[in-house]
Order: sequence, then structure tokens, then C-alpha cells
Amino acid sequence: MLGENAMTGEIVLRVEELSHRYGENRGVDAVSFTLSRGQVLGFLGPNGAGKSTTLRMLAGVLAPDAGRIIINGADLLDQPQRAKQAIGYLPEQPPLYRELTVDEQLHYSARLHRLDRAASRQAMTRGKERCGLMEVSRRLIGNLSKGYRQRVGIAQAMLHDPPVLILDEPTVGLDPIQGREIRDLIRELGQDRGVILSTHLLAEVQTTCNQVQIMQSGRLVYNGALADLHQQQHQSSRLRIGLNAPPPATELARLPAVMRVEDLGGGQFRLHHAVGAAPHQALIKHAQAGGWDLWEMTPEAAGLEQICIELMLGQEAVA
Amino acid sequence: MIFTIAARELRGLFLSPLAWTLLAVMQGLLAWIFIILVGDFQGLQGRLAGLENAPGVTDRVAAPLFRVAAWGLLLVTPLLTMRLFSEERRTGTLDLLLSAPVGISTIVFGKYLGVLLFLLTLVALVALMPLTLAAGAALDFGKLAAGVLDLSLLAASFAAAGLYLSALTTQPAVAAAATFGLLLAFWIVDAVGVSQGAISPLFAYLSLPRHGDALLLGLFRSQDLAYYLLFSAAFLGLTIRRLDYARLRG
Repeated sequence: MLGENAMTGEIVLRVEELSHRYGENRGVDAVSFTLSRGQVLGFLGPNGAGKSTTLRMLAGVLAPDAGRIIINGADLLDQPQRAKQAIGYLPEQPPLYRELTVDEQLHYSARLHRLDRAASRQAMTRGKERCGLMEVSRRLIGNLSKGYRQRVGIAQAMLHDPPVLILDEPTVGLDPIQGREIRDLIRELGQDRGVILSTHLLAEVQTTCNQVQIMQSGRLVYNGALADLHQQQHQSSRLRIGLNAPPPATELARLPAVMRVEDLGGGQFRLHHAVGAAPHQALIKHAQAGGWDLWEMTPEAAGLEQICIELMLGQEAVA
Repeated sequence: MIFTIAARELRGLFLSPLAWTLLAVMQGLLAWIFIILVGDFQGLQGRLAGLENAPGVTDRVAAPLFRVAAWGLLLVTPLLTMRLFSEERRTGTLDLLLSAPVGISTIVFGKYLGVLLFLLTLVALVALMPLTLAAGAALDFGKLAAGVLDLSLLAASFAAAGLYLSALTTQPAVAAAATFGLLLAFWIVDAVGVSQGAISPLFAYLSLPRHGDALLLGLFRSQDLAYYLLFSAAFLGLTIRRLDYARLRG
């Protein structure tokens, strides 16, 4: 339950060296991070990177092979009831019974989370108002559209007012307007609690989250504030050049500060260089001396998407 | 917490046409058999009246009715238990229970209680038929109670086995078929142990209906009670283990 002095910045989730293996495959490998109140953490990564597995372990649905999960001060392994009380979880597929009405479903979930009758009625009204479900209270979940079901799932996850919310791809399959509504709701919910939001849409992270975490084949490859990632995108680390009489690529690679040369064909190359050390001076000098006939030289800024893709591919382009 | 889960389970059953259909079919068929039994008894009454220590209406009507009802339970229970866990695993609703502050044994007991309450409703409806005879005949209520107890214990055993098998698969139909096969095997296991006319005591002990026969005659033996309780407890324990394992392996 949210205390009176629920301040932002208080750490509500601590994950230490979390691992899980599926047979021979490495599912999740030694993942560690923390989450504080006020943080909305975007969990990015390609399909199969281990996002859902990690989230399932945080929710207590899957037992980890190694590592510790501490939710709101309670160890998930030692005090599962206390820890689970502090978590709201929406899996990829919202866990809803098709034959129940929205009210029945929410009431059941509230009771499972140890809310008494009065508290659960109050929580249900609050949840339905926040998620825009008032007008579908008495409808069967089986007859609701996907967008509404997703909202019921979110309402259910936040019903017992947990300090940690875990949402696994909450906007998949929604139309753009529904998606925006859900994102607005998540941002709002993230003001006084910690939210983890898994997605494979970068745009969603940009509009909703203030923290980013990128996972690749079971490992955490990036963890930081979204603002930091933004900063990186303005620092160019690549130069595209066009030469009419190009020398062998090895010669270009010998230019100062150049780390890697990409041959784009048609006399065009992309030079990867250290941040803030563009080799344009040297290039012009060499081009003149060697008669390369330089006709294009454009600095390329890596977009946020590019940075993320490179992180996922495991390159050190943004190091 | 157990009751919250049981109540939802029961509600889910009563919201499905399957449960109502099973109730109706069972009640209809058993009512038909009941009328035949009552008719037979009336035909025999004249001859029975002359006998010393003659079987009464409870022996001639209620006991055979309960014996048929036991067969009915054997057919009906797999259809009621097949969805308990398999459906929840298939649709992902099990995640709600697993992520809630509820232990796995609570989940298992809750679901078991839910389906058991439904089966007890069915047993109660069956028991109502011989009870109506109390209006015009002298019933042996002790024997009647023993018969109801027998059916209830059978239902408890069947439900536990069905619960376990539904936790093994995500296909309800597979769970139903497996449950039916398992229960039938326990039903006829005493036939396997027969050699030269003598029944192996082990197989006789394992056989489900053998323990009920004594109860239907009004003979309450603690070994029978222990058998049913052990049977149920074993399958409930296996179910808990199975779910624990699923939580480990994903």
C-alpha cells in the first residue's frame, strides 16, 4: 500500500544477478538493476531477448535459477506474500476470465490481493475511473474489444495500489488512439510509483519513459536515463564521404581517428570515428594529395533508433 | 483466500452450459432408474413381507441407485475437472493467481473445493430422490447417510485425480480423456489381480468401488475412509508439486 510519505526516488525494486535458463538456452543471464518511485522504465529488446522471462520472474510467476529480487524491502523468495502484495503485473496476455463481467473480474482480483469488501469496492471505482471503464462495468470480458481488455488488465494490476507496476507489452494490438491513451495512463501512474514497461517500440519509450533498459540475448546491454541516450544522438560519430577516384578502403582506415570503414558502393564510404574527433581535416588533405576527387562529406548523426539497434547488435558505436 | 478461489471456480462452472447439462442429464437418467427401482420394489413387496429380516426399501432402492450414481460420477467428473488448470494455463489466467500474494497450495485447495462443492450438489440432488420415499415408507436413515458419504468420498477422490491431470496439460480434452482412463483403471483394477478365483489383496485394496460397497451396505470401516482420503491427498500433493515444477521451468 502507498504510504503517506511516498516520496519519489525511494527504491522500490532491486534486482541482483537474476538468471534463468531454459534447458541449454540462456534465457536471462545475471541481470541487475533497480527501480525507484517516479521512474518509468522502458524495457527494450528484440523478441526473444528475455524481457518477458525477466518480468515473469519479477512477478513471481517464474522462479529464477539464481539471483535475488527485492520488492519494496521484501525478498520475493523469503517473503513471497509480502513481496507479491507490492507488485502489480500485467502479462503479455491479460489474465482475464472471459465469462466474468468487468466488475466480477476486478472484484476477484481485489480479493486475491487481500482487500476487504469495502476497500475492494473503493479500489474498483478508482481503477475503473482511471482506466475509463465505468461504462463497461457490467459487460462480459469476452465481449470487450482488445483495447478495453487491455485497460481492464491495467486496472486489475493497479487495483491494490502496488508501488511497483510491471506491464508486459501493454500496447500491442491497440490502435494508435488507444495506444496513446494507455501511454498517457502509464505516465500518470508512474508519477508516484515505479513502472516497468516492456516494448519493442522505441517511440513508445520516447513518449512514455524516463529510463531505458536494453536487453539482448539474455543480457542487459544498456541501462540509463532516456536523457542520456538523447544526448548521445547529437554527437556525431560517422562521416559519409563520396570520392570519384577512391583509394583502397585500407588507406581510408589509416586516417587519424577512423575506427571502421564501411564501403557503400559507387565511391561512397561511411567512416566510423571517435565521438568529437571527425577526421575531415586529414581527409581533405589526403584527398588532395592522392587525387581522390572528394565530392561529398556529410556528418551523420545516429538517431536514437540507430543507437538502440547498435546496442542490440552489440557494437560499440556509442561507447 | 481458498474460498475466494473456490467461489470463482464454482461461479465459472455454473456460468457454463456444460455444468448445467451434466446436472440435467445425470438427474434425468437417475430419476428414470429410480422409478424403475421403486416399481420393482413394489412388485416384490408382497413376497418380502413374509421373509424374516427382509431387505428394506433403502437396500432395494437407495443402494442400487447410488451404485449407478457412482458410475455416473465416473463419467461426469472428468468433464468437470478437465478445465481446472489446463484452461487457466492455456488462456494465461493462471498468471493472475501466481502473481497474487497466494500460495500454490491455496490455489490448489481453492480450485479443488470449488469443483468438490459442485459435485456435492450433484450428490445432494441424487440423495433427494430416495429421501422423498420417507413420505410413505420407513427409511433406514443410517444406511442412506452411509450411501451419501460413499458418493461424496468417491466424488472427492475423482475430483482430486481430475485436478492433477488437468495440471499436466494445456488441452482440456486430453485432461478429460486421461482422467477417465485413470479412474476407470482404478475402478476395474481388482479384475487384474484375479488368479484361480482368488483376488490379490493388493489389487483389491486399490480398487475404488470395493471400498464403497461396504459403505453402501451401511458398514462404515475406517480403512475405507482412509483409502479415499489417501487417494485424494496423494493427487492434491502431486498437483502442488506439478505447479511448483511448472513455476521453476516456465
